[in-house]
Formats: sequence, C-alpha cells, structure tokens
Amino acid sequence: MITNSTMAPSATSKSASASMLMLLQTLAHGCKRIIRNPLTAAGLVVVMLLLIVAMFAPWIATHNPLAQELSNSLQAPSSEHWFGTDEFGRDIFSRLVYGSRITLYIITLVTVIVGPIGLAIGTISGYFGGVIDTIFMRITDIFISFPGLILALAFVAALGPGLEHAVIAIALTSWPPIARLARAETLQLRKADYIVAVQLQGASSTRIIFRHIVPMCLSSVIVRLTMNMAGIILTAAGLGFLGLGAQAPLPEWGAMISTGRSYMLENWWLVAAPGAAIMLVSLAFNLLGDGLRDLLDPRN
Amino acid sequence: MLTFHLSNSRIKRVLGGLSSVAITLLGLLALTFFIGRVMPIDPVLSVIGPDADNSTYEQVYQEMGLDKPIYVQYFYYLNDLAHGDFGNALLTGRPVIEDIARVFPATLELATVAIIFGIFIGIPLGVYAAVNKGRTVDHIIRVISLFGYSTPVFWVGMIGLIIFYAWLNVVGGSGRVDLAYDGFVDPVTGMLLIDSALAKDWDVFQSAIKHIILPAFILGLNAVSFITRMTRSFMLEQLSQEYILTAQVKGLPKHVVIWRHAFRNILVQLLTIITLSYGSLLEGAVLIETVFAWPGFGQYLTSSLLLGDMNAVVASVLLIGLIFISMNLLTDLLYQVFDPRTRK
Repeated sequence: MITNSTMAPSATSKSASASMLMLLQTLAHGCKRIIRNPLTAAGLVVVMLLLIVAMFAPWIATHNPLAQELSNSLQAPSSEHWFGTDEFGRDIFSRLVYGSRITLYIITLVTVIVGPIGLAIGTISGYFGGVIDTIFMRITDIFISFPGLILALAFVAALGPGLEHAVIAIALTSWPPIARLARAETLQLRKADYIVAVQLQGASSTRIIFRHIVPMCLSSVIVRLTMNMAGIILTAAGLGFLGLGAQAPLPEWGAMISTGRSYMLENWWLVAAPGAAIMLVSLAFNLLGDGLRDLLDPRN
Repeated sequence: MLTFHLSNSRIKRVLGGLSSVAITLLGLLALTFFIGRVMPIDPVLSVIGPDADNSTYEQVYQEMGLDKPIYVQYFYYLNDLAHGDFGNALLTGRPVIEDIARVFPATLELATVAIIFGIFIGIPLGVYAAVNKGRTVDHIIRVISLFGYSTPVFWVGMIGLIIFYAWLNVVGGSGRVDLAYDGFVDPVTGMLLIDSALAKDWDVFQSAIKHIILPAFILGLNAVSFITRMTRSFMLEQLSQEYILTAQVKGLPKHVVIWRHAFRNILVQLLTIITLSYGSLLEGAVLIETVFAWPGFGQYLTSSLLLGDMNAVVASVLLIGLIFISMNLLTDLLYQVFDPRTRK
C-alpha cells in the first residue's frame, strides 16, 4: 500500500505508462527476492521451461505425436520411447511435449478473457457503488456459490464437449474472484485525492475508471491471475479426464490420462507421465503465485 | 433495554443474511434453468422418443409449456421445483429426486471419511508448522500442502489404485465392497459402513473399510492442504499475542501453551474452515467417484452429463449449489453462535 500511495501523484499525469513502469520496477525489484526464495525460483524455472518446451515443441519432441504405430503399442519406457508408447503406439514423451501447447493455450485464453472481464466488473462496481454494485456483487455471489469444476461441467454439458467450450466454461467460472479483488482495490482508491482531482477537472466516469483506476489495480490482479492458473490447469485436466475437454487425438494431458485409464493396471506409464506433468506445472504456478503474493504483501 | 437492543440487531442481521441467501438462491435457480435451456438436446424428444409423429410432438411441446415466453417457463420451472418435481431421469426412468436420494449416502460416507482424514492430518501439521515457523519443517509442510493443491485428484486416485491395489493388493479395488458381498446388507442409512455395523456383518464391514480407505484418503488430500494452511496462519496469529508470552513467562509447559491456550482460541475459525472444505469435497468427489467406480452422487452426475440427461444434470448441479449455500450459511451461524465478539 505504501508504494501505491507514493506512486499516486505520478499516476495522475500519465497513469497508464507510469503504472506499467511501476509494475516493471516492482518486478525488477522482485526478481532479486524471487531468486532468494528457492521455492519461488523453482516455480519460475518450471514455468519458463513450459514456455520453452511449448515454443520449441517440434525440435524437442522425438516422434510425431499423432503418428500411430500399432505394432509398437503399449511399450514400456525405453531409450527409444522415453516415457513408453500408448495403445496406438504413439510416443508419450512427444505427446506430452505437444500437450504443453494445449495447456498454455487454455491458460492464456482463459486469462485473457477473465482478466478484462473481472477487472471491468470489479472497478465499475466499486466506483459507482449503490445499485450497480449490489447487482454485480449478487451475480458474483451466485457464481462463487458453485464449485468451479461443477459449474464448468454444467456449462460444457450445455455447450457440448470440446476444447473451445471448455475454455469458455472455465472462463465463465473463474472471473468472480478477480472481480471481487478489483472491487476491493477500487473501493480503497475511490476516495483518493488524485481521483477527486480528476473528477473536479471534469473527467468522465469511463475515463476515470479505465485511465486512473484500472492501471492501479493491475499489479494485484496479475498476481491473482497467476495464482488462478494452477486452478485453471486442474479444472481443464478434470474436464479432459471426463471426456468433456479436448477431444482425441489431441494430446491434452487430462484426456491422455482418461484414455490411458483402460490400460493402466498393466501399463502404469500411460497415466503416470501426463499426470506428473499436470502436477509439476500446477505446482509451479502455485509456488510462483505464492511467492509473488508474499512479494507484494505490504506486511513483508 | 440493552438486551432488547442486542437481540433486535441480531434479528436484523439474521434477516439480512437470509434475504441475501434467498436472492442467491433465485439466481442459482435462474442459472440452472438457463443451463437446462441451452442444452443442445430437445427436451420434447427425450420424453416422446424419436419415433413419435408431429401431432404428439406439438401436444407435448405445449404441455411442457415450451411455447410460452421464457419468463413464464421460468415460473413453471420454479413451480415444479417448489413441488419437489425435478422430472424423470432418462437412464432409470424414475424421478431424479429419488435417484439422487439413493446415490447420495454413498458420497456422504466418502466425504465424511475424507474430512476425518483432513482434520486429523491437517490440524496437527498446521500447528506443527506454526510452532516451527521459518524452520525446515515449516517449509517441508508448506510444500506438502502445495502438492495437495496442485495434484489432479483423479490422477492420484489412479496411481493409488496401481500401487496399492494392482501391485501391493492391500486395498479393495473399484466399488464400495467386494463383488461377493454386494447386496449382502440391507440399506438402512445407505452408508455401507454404518449399515454393515448395524447388521453386525463384520466381513462386509471389513471389505467396505478396505474399499473406502483409499478413495477417501485421496479425496481428503485437498482438505488436508487447506486445513493445514489455515491452521498454520490462525495459529501464527494467536502465537504472536501477548497472552501467549504471559503464559510462557509463567513457566507453563510448551504443549499447554500451544494446545490449551493458543489452539483453543482458533477452534471457532477451524470449525468454519472445516465446514467449508466439507462442502468443497463434493467437487473432488465427482472425479474420484469416476476413478473408483464409486456409485455415488458424483458418478451419477458425470454419467448423466455424458448421456445428456438434462433433468438429472440440472437437479444435481442445483443440489450442489444448495449444499454450498447452506454450508456458507452454517459457517456464518457458527461464527455468531460461538464467537462472542460477533454478538454485538
């Protein structure tokens, strides 16, 4: 909070770029402390690895992830197939590598949808207060009163299975915490001197919200989005496992576990590898989010 | 005069809480109604079957009120629900509400055993981490609890089956009981552990224990993480208070300070946390029941989903929402009953 209020005057002049600068400064300052905390650093490394693997998938994968080779099905891990082969003789390691793209695709898309929506609803609700606030917060309460996976399940059931529908369903269930957070931040900012100053200058509400309040909420919203990513990964995997997310032959990790299930008692590697990948990535985002939160917590 | 004033404000607050619950409930109903409407399945066809002629279709279409405006349909829907009519399930042909009543005890049993794991592992871990704050053991417990948050529960279930059932054969496999014992005990409560104990059928009881222990433990992992983290932060708050210092200066033994002084003061908070995580176990149950072929509510929901059984899905989702709202309401009430500071 201390950083927020001291930064406030500069934010009035060029709030968007100034707050980006503030964010960068916080991040640069934070990088040192991230490296000092081994757990957070480990999380960061795994997330970076995920990005690299997804980016260079064709070079990292040893086989074609979709190429079937039935004579070579259900092979145990070996030097030829590092994580073994599945029931169609596809190389599991290569499928995992390409699957990282699907995971990133889901995380990115959900975050891109959820961030702006949550931010808009939260800031508008917090800035105007009154009836608008009550209505928005009631709607938020309704969505929060459901466990995320169940609501996503119901939405996917309504929309029909598929990767895009899973993304929409997850997005529909994960905006409320962001909106709550943005609202709480806005309530604190609303009475700040610099906001009153802009109001006196005759700025419109839209301008105040999007130019002066939203930028100030960004850093905490970004932390919250990072922490959400672990949950997004798990929900997406759960949907994939139930056959409602990505469809065959896409190498989505949850779906891989789901198809491997029929063979798992004799061929453990079919489910072990994709599950371990989900766990690793989700753990990494949790560690990173935890570290970022500690970093931005004014009490530290 | 004073007591009157107190009770009056309390009534007001309870009323306020109830009205916000009522609004949330109406919204919940609207949401499930909406989900039921946009489903890509023709509700008329699911009643009359694909072979019926056009006039039958028209008749049923009108009987179901589908020619009316959407808000009228919503009223019909509310009316049906108020009369306990959730429609019939496609799979069994029986009222959805009967189906749910039949499968729910199995889930309740699973979730109860799971929350027992959560309490008896989570609380000691949390207290231990708080007492040793910043030491290695605290970091280890933090990583363990983060693992609980990060692992896909259905995957742990499968790995558990591979290791403890296929390789070591120390637990039962899928289902609630060995096939040989299936249907041995008459359902009284629907919870097999209680039913078999009531019937004094200890073979069935033992088999049921062997079957429930693994899914319940894995379902409970998430609760363990949550309870551990919350216990730790509640304890840290108490341990930094001055009365703890006083107790230490008095020369009281460490365990007395920790358990009799600090721990007693977090009991109310813990109770609310446990209630909340008990409700959220339902989410994991959907996945865990699929893995372990546990014939409960979660499996009912997923199999209805895959069949596109609208009535069953909507009723199940509605029930879960209801359970969540009541759990939240219960935690609020618990706070007001047990925490003297909120009685203003």
